[in-house]
Parts: sequence; C-alpha cells; structure tokens
Amino acid sequence: MSLWQYANPVKFLALSARVQPALWALAAVFTGVGLLWGFFGTPDDARQGSTVKIIYLHVPAALMAINAWFMMLVASLIWLIRRHHVSALAAKAAAPVGLVMTLIALVTGAIWGQPMWGTWWAWDPRLTSFLILFLFYLGYIALWQAVEDPDTAADLTSVLCLVGSVFAVLSRYAVQFWNQGLHQGTSIPVATGNRSVADVFFYPLVMAMLGFGLLFLALVVYRTGTEIRLRRTSALRARMNRGA
Amino acid sequence: MRALLLRDLRLALRAGGGFGLGLAFFLIVVMLVPFSVGPEAQLLQAIAPGVLWLGALLACLLSLDRLLALDLEDGSLELLLTAPLPLEGALAVKALAHWLTTGLPLVLAAPFLGVMLQLAAPGHLWLLISLALGTPALSVIGTFGAALTVGIKRGGLLLSLLVLPLYIPTLIFGAEVARRGAAGLDASTPLLMLAGLTLAVVALMPFAAAAVLRMGLR
Amino acid sequence: MMPELGKYASEVMSAYAVSLLLLAALLVVTLWRGRAARRALEETEAEAGRRG
Repeated sequence: MSLWQYANPVKFLALSARVQPALWALAAVFTGVGLLWGFFGTPDDARQGSTVKIIYLHVPAALMAINAWFMMLVASLIWLIRRHHVSALAAKAAAPVGLVMTLIALVTGAIWGQPMWGTWWAWDPRLTSFLILFLFYLGYIALWQAVEDPDTAADLTSVLCLVGSVFAVLSRYAVQFWNQGLHQGTSIPVATGNRSVADVFFYPLVMAMLGFGLLFLALVVYRTGTEIRLRRTSALRARMNRGA
Repeated sequence: MRALLLRDLRLALRAGGGFGLGLAFFLIVVMLVPFSVGPEAQLLQAIAPGVLWLGALLACLLSLDRLLALDLEDGSLELLLTAPLPLEGALAVKALAHWLTTGLPLVLAAPFLGVMLQLAAPGHLWLLISLALGTPALSVIGTFGAALTVGIKRGGLLLSLLVLPLYIPTLIFGAEVARRGAAGLDASTPLLMLAGLTLAVVALMPFAAAAVLRMGLR
Repeated sequence: MMPELGKYASEVMSAYAVSLLLLAALLVVTLWRGRAARRALEETEAEAGRRG
C-alpha cells in the first residue's frame, strides 16, 4: 500500500466518492461555525470597531490563496517527475479556487482598508504581492485553456507554475524593497508563538482558517473528479471517432 | 551558433523583419506621455525614469511573438530541435539576437528620449546603465514566454499576460536604479540586485525555455 | 440577535456579502460543471457500449 495508488484515476474517484461527504460536512461545519462565531460571538476591537469581523474572511482567504499556489506547485512537480495525470488535473482544478480566494482576500482587504487606512487601495508590499499572485493565477488558467492537447497543456502549465513560483518569490522581495508598507505583520506568527491577536478573536479565526482549508480541499477533490471525467469523455470520444 | 546569430540578425534587419519597430514604438510611447499627463516640466521630470523603463519594457514585449513564431512557420524550428547544437544554446543565441536588435537600440535611444522628458542631468547615465543591465533579462524571460506559447494559435495576447508578471522584479529594480540615479541618491543596491537578477535569469531561463519548447512541439 | 455593528456596519456587511457571494458562485460553477461532466461521461460510455 502506498500513497501513489491514488494516482490511478479510478482509485482516486472511488476514494474521493468515499471521503467527499465527510469532507464537505466538515468544511461546512468549520466554515459555518468559524464565521458565525466570529460574526455574532466576538466583541468589537477597541480601535477597529466592528471591522475586525472582516478578519475571519480576510485571513483565511489570504492563507488559502497562497497555499493553493503551493499545492499547485507540488502537484506540478509530481506531474513532471512521475507523470500522474491525477496530479496535473488536481493542479488545474485548484487554480480557479486559488483565484477566487485571492480575489476575496483583495476585496475584503479593500473594504477593511477604506475606513481603517482611509483608502481602498495602497501600493503596499502585501497588497501588491497579492495583486501579482492574482495575475499569476490568471496567466496559469489562461494557458490551460489555450493549449489543446491535454498532456502538452499539463506540461507547459507545470513549468509555468515552477517558473512563476520563483518569480513570485522574487517579486515579493522586489516589492518589499520598492515600498515599505502599511500592512500589519503576520497575525499568527507560527515560529515565535507571540500572536498579535487576542484569544477572543483567535479561536473563531482558527476555526474559519480550518474551514477554508477544508473547503479548499473539498472543492479541489470534487473539481479533480470533474476534470478526470471530462478527460475520459474526450478520450472515449476520440476512440469512437477513430473507430467510426 | 555564430551562424544562427548572424542569420537571426540578418532576418531582423531585412525589411519587414521588425527591426526599428520597437524603437519607433518606444518613441511613440514617450511622445504620448506628455499628451496624457500634461507638459509641465516638473511632473515629467518626476516620472521620466519610470516612463522610460516602462516604454522600453513594452517595446521589448512587442517583438517577442515573432521571436519563434516565424521560425515555426518556415520550419527552421524543427531543424533547431534536431540540430547538434543544444536547444538551450540555440535559444540563448536567439535571445541574444533579440536583445541586439531590440534591447540595445532601446538602451541607446533612452538617454535622448530622457532629454525630451526633462530627465535630471545625472539620470541619463544611470538610465543607460540600468537599461543596459536590465534589458537582457527582458529578452531572455521573453524567450521563455515565446517558447511557452509558440504552439498556440494567436498566442500574442496570452504571451503578454504570461510574460508581463515575470517582468515585475526586473522593472522594479531597473526603474529604482534610474529613479535614484536621477534624484542623485545612491543607486548601488538596486543596481547590484538588477545585475544579480539578470545574471541568474540569463543563466537559467534558456533551460526552462528549451524544456517548454520541447514539450510544446512534441 | 443581530450584533451591533456601529458605524462600520456597511463595511462589515458588504465584506461578508461579497465574500460569500464569490464562494457561492465558485461552488455553483463547480457543481454545475461536475454534473455536466458526469452526464457527458455516462452518455459517452453508454454510446461506446452500444457500439461495442
């Protein structure tokens, strides 16, 4: 038994059918509880007032926006090295989810920034980096759609993902060099353990983060299944046309 | 390799090869800027380094889709794929040819256009240096983009979408050198960053470009 | 039941509205495409089976 057996599309579909109900339920529970708890059950911040409630959307979305790209990077590497189709399709399936997460992070950030910083948008390193990430997602998705042969598309997008990751990191540092920012530091620095968020806000936030993570997972598993079925349909069609 | 370089240069210089097109585009962009923001010398002086860098970047982008597409059309790309010369080397040479025909003229023209935009006096030299260091990176990254989209019909727009985000670090450091130089500040830090970036990109990107070209044309 | 949102009510509400709308749109598109793919595969498999 090894993890690689799930690289087989049939096994993957069987497994995903088994875990999906639980995955969706958990995602719904964690996201629901986190957001409802955050929205109804937490006090206002002394300085930010009720806008602090936006954090339960903003931070989880931003977290998943980055992690989705990271997952695509890993999946692309697996495709390039071991050539498992499920891996390439999972990367393809994750991209639009990451795009939406990036968009949510940008929009909620803008809505929060308007009353707090006095502007919808500032050319702050973090904001700018997210905009760049958004562009990378767009380019990646556009390349998938532009290439007709599915294996070639998987190859090209994988390399784009790798090169894009390097340039995304480069851009991150270049942007930091270019402009010192307004944005506050990490809310929950894992390494130091000194979180800047008080407990009342922290627990619902963790719930929402887990919820968004599970939601991402559920969406990707479902979408990967969709991609597998689409691939098999077109393969069957091609075989029938050749036979006819 | 030399034969390939000479061939590419000759093709670019021939009528319809697109040589000078980038230069004309650069001139037009720079000319349009005062029309769009107004002719005040102070404002132009402030934005001149950035505008010149942006103009050079877009002019570089303009000729990228011909970089490999023409070779695909006349079949010479297949020859390159099967040639004894490693594809990485061939693509590096093609990037060099692109830089010589597009980037270098831009670099040389930029100080003159800088005069038109009221660029401050010490800025011309810094602009020249930053463009000379930065445009090779633009050509090499662009070669990767061209290799990525060569098999795609009407890939020109997609090429821009893919390549422009990759240009961000080069643009940031390059424009920063020009801006600091024009303002009389110390520009050595961004200059070193720009040089490092260009060297890394020139060393590594031909491999990525060759890899995607092989995948795309398989 | 509704918490007092103070002067930032519109900001908070619009942030939640936009985010949930985006998530819902993603979910709907995902499910719709998934359903269509499932149907297409079943039809194609049936057709392939008939042809032998």
